[in-house]
Amino acid sequence: MNRIFFTKKHTAEKTLHHRAHRGFSAFLLTLVLVASGFASYAQQTQPWKQIPIPPLHPFHPEQPKRIELKNGLVILLEEDHELPFINGFIDMRGGSRDEPAGKTGLIELYGDAWRTSGTTSKDGDALDDLLEAKAAKVETGGDVDSTSVSWSCMTKDEDMVFGIVVDLLEHPAFKQDKLMLAKQQAAAGIIRRNDDASAIASREAARLVYGKDSPYTRLPELSTIKAVTLDDLKQWHDKTIVPNNMIIGVEGDFDSAKMEKALRDAFEGLPRGTPWPKPTGEFPGPKHGAYIVDKTDVNQSNVYIVGLGTLRNNPDYFALSVMNEVFSGGFGSRLFQDVRTKQGLAYAVGGGFGADYDHPGIFRVVAGTKSATTTKAAQSMLAEISDLKTKPFTEDELKRAKDEVLNSFIFNYDSKEKVLAAAAKFEFYGYPADFLQKYRDGVEHVTTADLERVAKKYIDTSKLAVLVVGNQQEFGTPLTELGLGAPQPIDISIPGAPQQGPGAPGGNEGEQ
Amino acid sequence: MRFPSAVRLIALLCGLTLAAQAQDLSSFEKRITTKVLPNGLTLIICERPEAPVFSYFTIVDAGDANDPGGQSGLAHMFEHLAFKGTKDIGTTDYAAEEVALDKVEQAYAAYDEEYRKRVGRDEAKLKQLHAAFEQAQAEAQKYVIPNQFTEIAEANGATGLNAQTSLDDTQYYWSMPSNRLQLWAYMESDRIANPVPREFYKERDVVMEERRMRTDSNPIGRMVEQFLATAYVAHPYHRPGVGWMSELSQITATEADAFHKKYYVPSNMVIAVVGDVKAEEAMPVLEKYFGAIPTGPKPEEMSTVEPPQTAEKYVILKEQSQPLYLEGYHKPDYRDPDDAVYDAIQDIFSNGRTSRLYRSLVRDQQIAAEAEGFSGFPGDKYPGLFAFFAVPNPGHTPQEMRTAIHKEIDKLKTTDVSDDELTMFKTRARADLLRGLGNNQGLAEQLAIYQLRYGDWRELFNQLKKIDAVTKADIRRVANKTFVDTNRTYAMVEFQPPASQAAQQSQGGGR
Repeated sequence: MNRIFFTKKHTAEKTLHHRAHRGFSAFLLTLVLVASGFASYAQQTQPWKQIPIPPLHPFHPEQPKRIELKNGLVILLEEDHELPFINGFIDMRGGSRDEPAGKTGLIELYGDAWRTSGTTSKDGDALDDLLEAKAAKVETGGDVDSTSVSWSCMTKDEDMVFGIVVDLLEHPAFKQDKLMLAKQQAAAGIIRRNDDASAIASREAARLVYGKDSPYTRLPELSTIKAVTLDDLKQWHDKTIVPNNMIIGVEGDFDSAKMEKALRDAFEGLPRGTPWPKPTGEFPGPKHGAYIVDKTDVNQSNVYIVGLGTLRNNPDYFALSVMNEVFSGGFGSRLFQDVRTKQGLAYAVGGGFGADYDHPGIFRVVAGTKSATTTKAAQSMLAEISDLKTKPFTEDELKRAKDEVLNSFIFNYDSKEKVLAAAAKFEFYGYPADFLQKYRDGVEHVTTADLERVAKKYIDTSKLAVLVVGNQQEFGTPLTELGLGAPQPIDISIPGAPQQGPGAPGGNEGEQ
Repeated sequence: MRFPSAVRLIALLCGLTLAAQAQDLSSFEKRITTKVLPNGLTLIICERPEAPVFSYFTIVDAGDANDPGGQSGLAHMFEHLAFKGTKDIGTTDYAAEEVALDKVEQAYAAYDEEYRKRVGRDEAKLKQLHAAFEQAQAEAQKYVIPNQFTEIAEANGATGLNAQTSLDDTQYYWSMPSNRLQLWAYMESDRIANPVPREFYKERDVVMEERRMRTDSNPIGRMVEQFLATAYVAHPYHRPGVGWMSELSQITATEADAFHKKYYVPSNMVIAVVGDVKAEEAMPVLEKYFGAIPTGPKPEEMSTVEPPQTAEKYVILKEQSQPLYLEGYHKPDYRDPDDAVYDAIQDIFSNGRTSRLYRSLVRDQQIAAEAEGFSGFPGDKYPGLFAFFAVPNPGHTPQEMRTAIHKEIDKLKTTDVSDDELTMFKTRARADLLRGLGNNQGLAEQLAIYQLRYGDWRELFNQLKKIDAVTKADIRRVANKTFVDTNRTYAMVEFQPPASQAAQQSQGGGR
């Protein structure tokens, strides 16, 4: 339950942290070399250096078989006969960033109600019974840039389960009662979204970067989910189930030739449609300054320092990745060493210059510290960020960072599921199929001069926002000490929410 | 972490005839080598050469339930210490550092003695003693190479490096390329045998932040802490694993050292390695390193047994967050013959959209956003609770959750579950076990836990027989025995606006 450092939560905890999570799993930690750096230590004997490291067994996992149908549908097949299971997914382009602002939440509702409504011949509840009896799953869902159907079953049940997948794609039912249920769930999430301080911080930090009305960060509200109709779901479905905007991936215990035939039979007849437009949008980054969400029921502040990140197809991505490793990658990184190990100011600390596939990511540096050290922690974090431009990157730091990335590189493809997932991701975003190899080569060639160059080019503390979610009365040293002026309060009130909690008017938010 | 309920692990392939070979007990018999070393440590190696990597899992049969009185949080605090290096790793000069660390302990003890004085504490002297303590820490710090232990691991490709402490046990794990097996064996055995309490008091600050994050600043964390403190009167399951703040903030390195001496003895640990390793080559390497850990007597078992509960208990928290409901009933530990019956109830009540609580509270009555019941909270090494948790929808109350859950429990007591429900439970248990076999880290965890808990990893597979034996009558019998009013504790979170807002409202302010 309690861990050496903060990552995703385990099952029991998950159960009791309903909507309270917001994974830090993505951002890892960091290290700073106190004094003059690590090589200068005259250490006693170092027995671990005498331990032989034999060459790693050669390992070249087979890439998935790629098939492109005439209608543009891309299929990726990865056989894996270790266990008698088959897992698959179908990803459709288009997600919540493409929904109308007045109907924010549409994709979440669509992802829920699509599966729970079922098909015209079998309702969702009947599908649940049928599938669970076979320990099989078929699920639908929505994301920021895609929607999906996925399945998982024993080999012997593949025909039946895949039949359900195709039926869901071709004959979805979209029922009113299931849309209402999805709205109930969404409303519960909206009403509860300010209960957990770390969730508020993560959400509002992203909104400072992209803008509160940005398609990436606007929030579903009681009024916007209320506006979503069954017709909206049906129209979305018809618009997105288009073969040239879809990718199918299947992994597991099957024969590729037979699987290919089954998929061709099911999908070859689908007519080609309009290609999904490339994402657009303005990304100005945050307005420089300090921001505050005052929360009186906590004794720890969530401190977020955020700015605009970059894209993975940026030629500087490799150097930035190495810079991240030096800055915040693991226990040895500058940030972790300083804020956690040296100063004991935080348990959860991490961040990095984020990169996304088709839009700029977020530069995010995060720590949780007791109320009284809020300003001190923020100052230390800002100082570490500034140091990226002024404190020379040493050869030792470079070597450690590269070793960490390159020696663990095999974990990018040590299972067939990972090989398929990576291939599908590159296919979806139009990246070269050998992007992982390119990444590895790119990292290998990074020099300290590259680190210095990208730090100067991309790190600009005058373009960062500092957000604190915490108990302002207990800060001691005020945030004004950061030199960013008076912290600007962020309004997190929930429009239309009942003021008194349960029993007050405003229940049954999902009703239309 | 919760002991992964038998449900999840259990399954074997008995009933099913499956084509692939990799998943039955006899195939594992061939791929698994177990060895108990002369010092008492149990090693398990499982060959799974899918990719040139391996994962390991070390489990120590001591958790925060074993914290001595007044030292809650100690097992977890020690877990953090296990990342601070050894006599060789993380220091420029251990001989000198050891002397300096002794002085830190002496300085802290002097400060602590004054600090704890109930009468006649001298504030000036306290300040002086604290300054001396800080000075001693600064002296010791001169020899520290911070985080060198984890740096070596990470620079050698360690992935998923972490550790966790529950009330039941302590676990350490990571994955690495398989050519680093010897390096890992050196590092893991060294930190088990020779941990050094460097930077202890700063790490204590870090752990206090962990408590603030998980418990103090989180409404669910606060509720769970109060709930468990109410449900248990004698057994240490009543305490938060991370420790009460007052006790956590006064733990010393000397206490951590005593805990290590008592509980980190080889006979109290199991280590499992799964991946691209050959037992005949790897076992001698592991023996060399782990065999060097000094032996010690297995710690005595705990004497405390929670007395039977005789009346319903509850705690109600007024919070500025949305309402929640949690209730629990005492049940036996994992060795109980009915353990699989509790797993059946958990599955039938909670697993997915076919589950009873979902269908009743979420789908049909639409009063809850989420509802489930689960076995073995906060642990199951000792008698834990069968708990029910529900998240009310807007406009609905914890009281409604309680009523609705009790209606489902009554149904379970008076009417048999259906054939379909029982079969579904057994099928899913089997499939879940199988799915877990395709992952080095998950498999290492299961093998180590089962070896520790049952003295034989094969029990991971044999559990399925217990699952298959569960009958409808068992479920009714166990439900009637367990889910009774006097065996119940519940917690409610009720909404109360923050003081400032309440004041505004009472003045007719509103928003």
